[in-house]
Amino acid sequence: MHEVSLVESVVALVEDERRKHGFSRVRTIRLKVGTLGHAEPEALRFCFEAVTSGTIADGARLEIETVPGAGWCSSCHQTVPLEGRFSACPLCGNVHVRMTAGDELRVAEMEVE
Amino acid sequence: MCTVCGCGTSVIAEHGSSKEPGGAHGGSSHDHDYPHPHVHHDHHHKHNHPHPHKHDDHHHENADGPIDFGKGRAGMRIPGMSQERTISIERDILSKNDAFAATNRTRLQNAGVFALNLVSSPGSGKTSLLVRTITDLKDKWPIAVIEGDQQTSRDADRIRATGAAAVQINTGKGCHLDAHMVGHALDHLSLRSGSLLFVENVGNLVCPAAFDLGEAHKVVVLSVTEGEDKPLKYPDMFAAADLMLLNKSDLLPHLDFDVSACLAAAERANPRIRSLTVSARTGEGLAAFYSWIEERASVVADSAP
Repeated sequence: MHEVSLVESVVALVEDERRKHGFSRVRTIRLKVGTLGHAEPEALRFCFEAVTSGTIADGARLEIETVPGAGWCSSCHQTVPLEGRFSACPLCGNVHVRMTAGDELRVAEMEVE
Repeated sequence: MCTVCGCGTSVIAEHGSSKEPGGAHGGSSHDHDYPHPHVHHDHHHKHNHPHPHKHDDHHHENADGPIDFGKGRAGMRIPGMSQERTISIERDILSKNDAFAATNRTRLQNAGVFALNLVSSPGSGKTSLLVRTITDLKDKWPIAVIEGDQQTSRDADRIRATGAAAVQINTGKGCHLDAHMVGHALDHLSLRSGSLLFVENVGNLVCPAAFDLGEAHKVVVLSVTEGEDKPLKYPDMFAAADLMLLNKSDLLPHLDFDVSACLAAAERANPRIRSLTVSARTGEGLAAFYSWIEERASVVADSAP
């Protein structure tokens, strides 16, 4: 359940931003989570309230945008959907597909006041 | 209602759904290059706060319109009191861990220390493998170990019995080591140039995959008493590792474990992974593991400033 640590890291980033921008409350935190990454959105949601309780992010709403996997196929010369980190190209079967999206694990933005 | 400055009343676009033209403040044209969560203004306005978005061709400030500080949710503005606003961050959640990891990596490289991060599920034989490896290599290389467990210093005690220096990290409820913990552990070890450092992570085939500790390589240990399809069931760890040690090979005669199926599964999870079948008990296959280590450790030791 490393999602607890991940949410703790989110809180640390929020603290950084608070020092920079000076706000008193966080209404919404938006994350981007890739489907090929190692974080499970449901697990992040599950522990979010408990981890943020008593922190600057207490009471904030968590929104997660999942980012589907995609990669650049060197044979098709185009971006193709990717089911796994090392999956073959779904169009031509080429195994040399360079992942270009899907392992995101980012705080995109927040609404604060 | 605008989630940036509190103006307007209607929600037109939900996050992730608005890319169409006209999805702009005041009906003017600014094209986002990403989906955005705004609601749309029905008036021209100038923001009374820094606008954090990276809009291309941004035109929503009307030179003739009023500079209105009273259009926020509260209908007024008091200096020093902010209303809602959106701050764009776009920072990796693991950026802090990764910064600590980068520091550890530089520190280890400068010290000429070759570090491996051993990861596996509990009971795969990581500690036995380390004890054997230290016993076999300690005359050639100075060796130190950082042990990660939720509780007890049993593993560190086993390592110290070999004569190697060991620091135990107890993670408490934590399911993995992170780079910050390892940085502290490094403070407690006096590592000589040309040392090998083994970090034995918490037994967990999921979470440690995400956390860079500053090691040169992750080595995943899998034992033949586990399922041969584990690399497919827990692909993140195998994707993160550069070497797989398939341990407890001495038990193979007693099991139905299909070694080639397991190696194929590991390659499916990570086409670049190298695999060695070993036994910490009998020493089978360990010479290849030692060569793998020594090849790489020599480079690190030689390139240290």
